Amino acid sequence: MAFRNYILVCGGTACESSKADAIYEALMAECNAQGVSEEVQIVKTGCFGFCEQGPIVKILPEDSFYVQVKPEDAQELIAEHVVKGREVKRLLYSKDPVKRHAKVEDIKFYQKQYRIVLRNCGFIDPENIEEYIAREGYAALEKVLFSMSKEDVIEELKTAGLRGRGGAGFPTWMKWNFTKQAASEEKFIVCNADEGDPGAYMDRSTLEGDPHSVLEAMTIAGHTVGAQKGLIYIRAEYPLAIHRLEIAMKQAREYGLLGTDILGSGFDFDIEIRLGAGAFVCGEETALLASIEGRRGMPVPRPPFPAVKGLWGKPTVINNVETWANIPVIIIKGGDWFSQIGTQDSHGTKVFALTGKIRNSGLVEVPMGTTLREIIYDIGGGIAHDKAFKAVQTGGPSGGVITKDYLDTPIDFGSLSKLGSMMGSGGMIVMDEDDCIVDVVKFYLNFSVDESCGKCSPCRIGGRSLANLLEKITKGNGEMADIDRMREIGEAMKKASLCALGQTAPNPILSTLHYFRDEYLAHIIDKKCPAGKCKSLITYSINPEKCIGCTACARKCPVGAISGERRAVHKIDPAACIKCGVCFEVCKFGAVDVR
Amino acid sequence: MIHMKINGMPVEIEAGSNILAAAKKVNVNIPTLCYHPDLPAWAACGLCVVKQENSPKLLRACAAPVVENLSVITHDAELYQIRKTVLEMILSTHPSSCLTCGRNGTCELQRFAAEFGIREQPYEIRLTDLPKDTSTTSIVLDPTKCIKCGRCVQVCQQLQGVYALEFIGRGDNTVVSPAAGLPLNDSPCIKCGQCSAHCPVGAIFEKDDTREFVRAISNPDKHVVVQIAPAVRVALGEAFNLPVGTITTGRIYSALRRLGVDKVFDTNFSADLTIMEEGTELVKRLTTGVGAIPQITSCCPAWTDYMEKYYPDMIPNFSTAKSPMMMQGAITKTYYAQKANIDPAKIFSVAIMPCTAKKFEISRDENMYASGFADVDLVLTTREFARLIKASGIDFAVLHDEPADSPIGMYAGAATIFGNTGGVMEAAIRTAYTLITGEELADVNITAVRGMDGVRTGEVDVKGTKVRVAVAHGMANVSTLLEEIRSAREQGAEPPYHFIEVMACRGGCVAGGGQPYATTDDIRGKRIAGLYTDDEKSVYRCSHNNPEIKQIYADFLEKPLSEKSHHLLHTTYTERKIYKK
Repeated sequence: MAFRNYILVCGGTACESSKADAIYEALMAECNAQGVSEEVQIVKTGCFGFCEQGPIVKILPEDSFYVQVKPEDAQELIAEHVVKGREVKRLLYSKDPVKRHAKVEDIKFYQKQYRIVLRNCGFIDPENIEEYIAREGYAALEKVLFSMSKEDVIEELKTAGLRGRGGAGFPTWMKWNFTKQAASEEKFIVCNADEGDPGAYMDRSTLEGDPHSVLEAMTIAGHTVGAQKGLIYIRAEYPLAIHRLEIAMKQAREYGLLGTDILGSGFDFDIEIRLGAGAFVCGEETALLASIEGRRGMPVPRPPFPAVKGLWGKPTVINNVETWANIPVIIIKGGDWFSQIGTQDSHGTKVFALTGKIRNSGLVEVPMGTTLREIIYDIGGGIAHDKAFKAVQTGGPSGGVITKDYLDTPIDFGSLSKLGSMMGSGGMIVMDEDDCIVDVVKFYLNFSVDESCGKCSPCRIGGRSLANLLEKITKGNGEMADIDRMREIGEAMKKASLCALGQTAPNPILSTLHYFRDEYLAHIIDKKCPAGKCKSLITYSINPEKCIGCTACARKCPVGAISGERRAVHKIDPAACIKCGVCFEVCKFGAVDVR
Repeated sequence: MIHMKINGMPVEIEAGSNILAAAKKVNVNIPTLCYHPDLPAWAACGLCVVKQENSPKLLRACAAPVVENLSVITHDAELYQIRKTVLEMILSTHPSSCLTCGRNGTCELQRFAAEFGIREQPYEIRLTDLPKDTSTTSIVLDPTKCIKCGRCVQVCQQLQGVYALEFIGRGDNTVVSPAAGLPLNDSPCIKCGQCSAHCPVGAIFEKDDTREFVRAISNPDKHVVVQIAPAVRVALGEAFNLPVGTITTGRIYSALRRLGVDKVFDTNFSADLTIMEEGTELVKRLTTGVGAIPQITSCCPAWTDYMEKYYPDMIPNFSTAKSPMMMQGAITKTYYAQKANIDPAKIFSVAIMPCTAKKFEISRDENMYASGFADVDLVLTTREFARLIKASGIDFAVLHDEPADSPIGMYAGAATIFGNTGGVMEAAIRTAYTLITGEELADVNITAVRGMDGVRTGEVDVKGTKVRVAVAHGMANVSTLLEEIRSAREQGAEPPYHFIEVMACRGGCVAGGGQPYATTDDIRGKRIAGLYTDDEKSVYRCSHNNPEIKQIYADFLEKPLSEKSHHLLHTTYTERKIYKK
């Protein structure tokens, strides 16, 4: 039976934390109250990606895209849209308040996106396997089981040119082929869902919105390489993704798509979940395997590679979530189709978590070769609050920063590393003129230092030394020799660290020393922070020509550092000032100067 | 065979070797602080990075296997700079208090700092201020000096299977310590000291008791009596640049007299005594059916501690015979004291041992006080003894040989091979054969039990009776044997072996935790060969033929397993918790 309307409510973690659950409940209650519950189906879907505007509610068949919905909007949505057939204009997305965009295809955020990995996110109910099946779900598995040879599958991946989306970009077909060729009675398939870059949530959203795509892909891999057991290593901080995976696994077993004798083919394959405790280094594949085995998560030298000698010493295919999610589509549509998307050396799409000083933050999937400018300005809507663009950081804490001169670089594996950055797993953080480069780099470096496993000396000691040198510089105690020291340590870490964490941790420093040397010099020689972020290097003062003596700043100052009579010019005591910036924010007359 | 190039020089090397070994073949040394040939590559320090032709990625020479046609550059300006920076980083977290460090002169980090000409500390010095762990009487952990190379953790876990040491904390808060930061003495530690023998710096160190020794010899009221263990005589020479494997027994006796000790005895005498007691015990178990089979040797205190913690169900299988050192201590303060008419309270009994666990053994339970006093008052390791000789101005290398003192200083060849894996087994077979058959063995060389395989099994033909024996060394290897015994026991089957020898350290006591540094399998082999030479040169090859042994039974002990023997020479075992708390 068809419904009059389908209401899709975003059920991603971000929207859930903005009361998406309550919206869902309110919509249900309103449908009952207004007597249309028989005619409307309400579905909680995965992430729509446009997180800036969440919580999002989409109503079909009109394709109306409602943003920043609150539970109290439910009554109006049902009464107006469903009962009377009139769109609730005030809740439609708009960049300018006059002209409201009704439909997804009108929204620039989506226009340049191309969704392969996120194909089902925001469309289906991830807790209902039938919705996945309705969108060609498990058709790829069926094809692999009954009408393709194992060699065909490898060949298809080879034609597709799919490269690992976890960071290193290793050709997926080669990994599978190594494991396929390795002689062993027992082999394993592992899904790396230990996403840990600050601000990145591509994998989480994929698992929350389309868990079956990963299960199906792992089963395909199991059949292809000869493994009967899969493990999903996922951080315990992803409870919703874990919950949906568990539901998906249960349903897949009930449908004969997982477990023994899958689809009557005689092939057995099952998957279990292993929870990680959130150590960033466990995203490194050898550390991840150690963690699954119950050992301390520390990388070990490769070779041997896991594809040959992995989990419990057995050949193991490890791919990350995004890589897995590409597989079923490639099997259905063919490697040729996939290889047409993207650039010469990087095929397909890439999902980025676009965050920072960007107007439209969210999850975006674009074909490889899309330029940074397209992502930041067309999809992301440019810099928030009309500030000037300063730099964009890709590849998470291990990436480098890219300046405006390179915004027209088409993004692929090769081009980003040429710029001293990296694709990484897809974090993309935009900085504006108010961001202090030294301060931002310090943040990333401290992250890497905290997450270093402590095994190899270049990373363990070098990282801390770099972080301390940055601290020294932002405190105003920097010397010119520190720049050489940072470069020396950074180069040694890059070359001599054991795993990618240590090898890439100095990237933010090395790339900014190259592109933003002046900003370092300002901190070191002039003892100034041009962006006004480094507290030790700034002073707050009141411009007597602008101050009208309204007392607003003095009343808000948490330490009583501002004195002055009513209607008389105020004064900040620099000795007492803690540089919290409240006076700057509350002054309506621009009378507080930061230098 | 793999063919590759090191700095343009062709190298042919076995597949599976690492680049370090390939470089060594063409006389190129690549620096490393974490790699040790006893252990799989851990790849922590970052010093051994090398370049490969046509690839921007550096390889770790310790971990990278040799590959056909690989061409590697081991030294150039860039690698020099990287290594120097890594060294400077390590030095920024390591105290520069070399002069007061026990590894002054033998420290591997100090050596590289010298070779790389490091003259300043460019990076901020950050030292940990964690306290020393002095909870055991054997080894001291000094976390301030630890460079986290991981050798000790690997030794403890993989070579010894003890899992006392672990990495705790993350990033630059990482420390090496027993689980949950417990003191070593409350941990599963068996005091074998292999961690201290493998530590490249002074972070794990034998507890230094040389001062106690000096105090005793300068005290006129103390009658200082010293015994030396079998393995000491074949390793001490290395500290004095003598060729590895040189037997220096006579020079040690001489040095001890110059140090001012009153009597020079030899643990080897009590090794013979152990064979009499333990051999008789074995024969009794085999012939009367009283006592559990297999019988397992008990002379290694680290092994005993391990068994009491991890395999207490093996207690009935353990020989009740004390270790030779403890037997020697007990008869020193009874038999010798009576013979020499000396008040045992005045005797200060010292043992020079290749082993740190021996320091723990002397007070492990009340049976170690069988004479009514501490049977052994002090244990010095080979390394401490070497320092003492040097500090006393004794030119050890050219000393003249002197004999040991009577009546507990003479030994048979069977005793001296107690210092190597398989030696106790061989010595026991030599005597057990005679005890069972009443005849002497035609060939006393039992080569079937010799060798370096971690577990060796064999069968000895005692006039038609097949005695199944097994030897294990390196603590981690013992579980295979013990699991076999357990499963036979559970199934009610006949025990797979009659007699088992276990030594905690790889190669046996010759490579004990208190022996000179830089022990490798090559050095183990040479030390073992040295002991077999000592055995072959001995007048008596079998313990039961040692005249002083015959005499002690005639004059004092009566016979093996006599009541007096039981009181002085045998002990008991208790199940112990792996973690004390």
